Amino acid sequence: MTDLADTTAVGAHPGAATHDHTHVTATGISNEKVAMWAFLGSECLLFGGLISTFLLYKDRAADGPVPHELYDIAFTSISSFVLLMSSLTMVLAVSAISRGDDRALRAWLLVTALLGSIFISGQVYEFKEFLNEGLGFTTSPAGSAFFTLTGFHGVHVTIGIVMLISAALLSRSGRITQRNAEAVEIVGLYWHFVDVVWILIFTVVYLIK
Amino acid sequence: MSLADGPLALGSGGELTTRPMGVFARPGEAKGWRSWVTTVDHKRIGIMYGAAALVFFVIGGIEAMLIRLQLATPDGKLLSADLYNQVYTMHGTTMIFLVIMPLGAAFMNYLMPLQIGARDVAFPRLNALSFWVFLAGGLVLNSAWLLGGGADGGWFNYAPNNGVRFSPTHGIDFWNLGLLIAGIASLVGAVNLITTVLNMRAPGMTLMKMPVFTWMSLVVQFLLLFAVPVLTAAQFLLMFDRLFDAQFFNTQMGADPLLWEHLFWIFGHPEVYILILPTFGIVSEVIPVFARKPIFGYPFMVFSGIAIGFMGWGVWAHHMFASGVGPISVAAFSISTMFIAVPTGVKVLNWMATMWGGKLTFDAPMLYSIGLVTMFTIGGLSGVTHALAPADTQQTDTYYIVAHFHYVMFGGGLNGFIAGWYFWWPKVFGYRLGERLGKINFWILLVGFNLTFGPMHILGLQGMPRRTYTYRDGYGFNFWNFVSTVGTFIIATSMLIFFANIFLSYRKAKKEQLSVPADPWDARSLEWMVPSPTPAHNFDVIPTVSHLDEFWHRKYGEDEEGRLVRIAATEDVVQKGDGRGVHLPSPSYWPIVMAFGMPWIAYGLIYNLWFCVLGGICVVAAIYGWIMEPATDPDAGHDDHPADHDEPSDASGEAVATEEAALVD
Amino acid sequence: MTDATTTDVAITGDHDHEHSHGLDDKGYVKIALWLALITGAEVAWSYLPVWEDASGLTSFAEVAGLLVMMAIKFAVVAGFFMHLRFDNKLLTRLFYSGLVLAVVVYVIVLTTFEFWSS
Repeated sequence: MTDLADTTAVGAHPGAATHDHTHVTATGISNEKVAMWAFLGSECLLFGGLISTFLLYKDRAADGPVPHELYDIAFTSISSFVLLMSSLTMVLAVSAISRGDDRALRAWLLVTALLGSIFISGQVYEFKEFLNEGLGFTTSPAGSAFFTLTGFHGVHVTIGIVMLISAALLSRSGRITQRNAEAVEIVGLYWHFVDVVWILIFTVVYLIK
Repeated sequence: MSLADGPLALGSGGELTTRPMGVFARPGEAKGWRSWVTTVDHKRIGIMYGAAALVFFVIGGIEAMLIRLQLATPDGKLLSADLYNQVYTMHGTTMIFLVIMPLGAAFMNYLMPLQIGARDVAFPRLNALSFWVFLAGGLVLNSAWLLGGGADGGWFNYAPNNGVRFSPTHGIDFWNLGLLIAGIASLVGAVNLITTVLNMRAPGMTLMKMPVFTWMSLVVQFLLLFAVPVLTAAQFLLMFDRLFDAQFFNTQMGADPLLWEHLFWIFGHPEVYILILPTFGIVSEVIPVFARKPIFGYPFMVFSGIAIGFMGWGVWAHHMFASGVGPISVAAFSISTMFIAVPTGVKVLNWMATMWGGKLTFDAPMLYSIGLVTMFTIGGLSGVTHALAPADTQQTDTYYIVAHFHYVMFGGGLNGFIAGWYFWWPKVFGYRLGERLGKINFWILLVGFNLTFGPMHILGLQGMPRRTYTYRDGYGFNFWNFVSTVGTFIIATSMLIFFANIFLSYRKAKKEQLSVPADPWDARSLEWMVPSPTPAHNFDVIPTVSHLDEFWHRKYGEDEEGRLVRIAATEDVVQKGDGRGVHLPSPSYWPIVMAFGMPWIAYGLIYNLWFCVLGGICVVAAIYGWIMEPATDPDAGHDDHPADHDEPSDASGEAVATEEAALVD
Repeated sequence: MTDATTTDVAITGDHDHEHSHGLDDKGYVKIALWLALITGAEVAWSYLPVWEDASGLTSFAEVAGLLVMMAIKFAVVAGFFMHLRFDNKLLTRLFYSGLVLAVVVYVIVLTTFEFWSS
């Protein structure tokens, strides 16, 4: 959404604008960026609650297996690595559009989306393996907590992928250009956040016994 | 769900040549129901929040009266035990989430942008979304009455009582999903209003020059920002348990029901301050005006508000002293709870010091404000007794608790909102509420309130449990219960007088063609600098701020001997309401379309997942429609006079130039 | 988050162009390589034979090592990829106030469940 700063900004007139950072706000930061960071701060509390729930329940497996017995650390390490690298490609996308390189922007956005999809496929595979091993969503508090935490993260990644592809399409139709490069940066903030949450999950859920 | 719109937003910069891809033509009406449905004006949204809250207030009030009628005499027969459980649960939930929270939102939406000298909030369409989503959540919650009965576990719906096993109807599902939806509204609103306060302040309006109400709004929005997701997490767990057979609160599988209690109260205690801080802000605006003195100790007011916000995160387990959290937790939370009384006490002392030595006038807003200070103090004192764990163990689940939180939420919260109504009514609606009826209204309310909730202290200490649908004759509860029920009817009478006052004053103003000046109370903050009712564009020119109480300082100064003298006539200071050349954000259908999808997702989760698909399509379509639509319609006329709407769009360059000439005074 | 914004930017809007700071592409690739290395170190660390018969102090060391590496990764991504190091400090405060609040509150919750003693 375009912010109201437009109505008060000097030089925000479409024809006259040279770049899109002339929004005049009291802090000098665009509304969208403040809003995204506030939202991410809020997300910390959401994921914190789910991570704590998992930590509390991780050994309460009733008659089923404990999640820890089922982890394939080598596999998860690789998919974590893939997600980590998608953060790099995301940064390169932001950097491309700030140079005004639309083609590179779209290429990096799609690579990022692809890496995200690989990560999600890995998660689907992992979930199937766990189901085969007898750990389902309804098996035990541990199972419910594991699938809820990683599933919430997976949904966030999926939303991120949709956002990346949408951004690439908007760039193709000329709606995202160097002038509103910040839109890409803000999609990127969300994407990196999803990545740092996985950094936490990978350590706290998978590596620490 | 609002994720995608922020990041994918288009700068309006490159947008004007592209037609918005919309199913709908852009709404352009300035009058009629459609203009309200599509409005993005923070003032109209504030009014709608207030109106919706009043409707829910009537519903919640009827539920309260049913409770009191049931308890008027021993062995009451009006409600069955089951129905009684539903009624008190829905009463509490409605009053907290659908009355006091949206009333706070109403005042913040209307006043905060005016107080910081802005034309609107940072994201006008998200603001509309917040309101419609809140309304959707409220409707889902209350639709339970028509679809098999309401939630029955108390407003906190403790686990494992909230499981399907102990509450097999769908009541708790409606409760859960309704509040999840309302939570989205709160979160979106929090992000929006935080951004607004940080970013949209007029030139010179530093943080320490903001009115106390705006400060308290900011604190409340931060509390919402961080507290709502905790409840959301808990409610997702509950939803998975109830609808998808997860095992989060199934004790037979080894789950721990205390998890729900913790998560609920981590949200629940900041929530208490979310409910009360807006009215603290309101009376901090009202009292200086009617004491003819600046607020005493402004920085202390601000920092005590921030301190309450912080400390509110460290006291949640005092709601759980009787749940077996262990002696160390009890001791620690007992101490932190005692400490949180300090910043609250600072506020009460500052209000009194503001009044001390002032030229007090007791108009209706002032009466309600004093009502808040006194009644809240009583509630605060009974609150401190909860901090003492041994005493609290006795008080837990008795009417003493009910007395306490009604003194803070009703005596504190609602009194403050009524003060705000009487104070800002002329600014919002352009006519004053009758002063004589206002005073009658106040005294009847004060008597009714104390008769209703005062006796509950005694009943609680006598051991009358809350949430029990009846009591036997001979327990010694008869007399005070009867008094309390009588008090309820007195409260209802006073509220009827309030509604009558609205109607009668409106009729009088219309008949006698009364109009209100911009500044009827000789007030202090910027919202009084614009005409009453506030024009759509708020300020003709955005004021440049150099003082706390800027408007006051434009009217009054000091002479050589340091005496207060008027330096300018009010008429010369206030703005004329000429909005020519001001370009406002355009109305939009998408917020209500997106909100419309959400109840279907909720009903789908309960009844049939196909509804979810429909609702989901509606939400996703709205998100994409939203992104494709620039916030300000390029084809709209570049001023807000509907008569000029046939202005050709390609003339926009000129119009924008005039707008920019008048930016800052 | 209280005092970050008390100074207002001049109305002309000539504040720093936001993309003039931050790293160049090479810098980001370097950061990513470091992150990959730390991830490798984390996995290796958790497989060190020292932890085989983990008792009090050693298992504490194992967990502490993992948490430190995790925190470094987190801070690097937030600081460089998310530009917090280069942007207005207000954003850092917004985000980290949520993060710190979450950590403190949930650690207290887990403490009341006597989680750490297990």
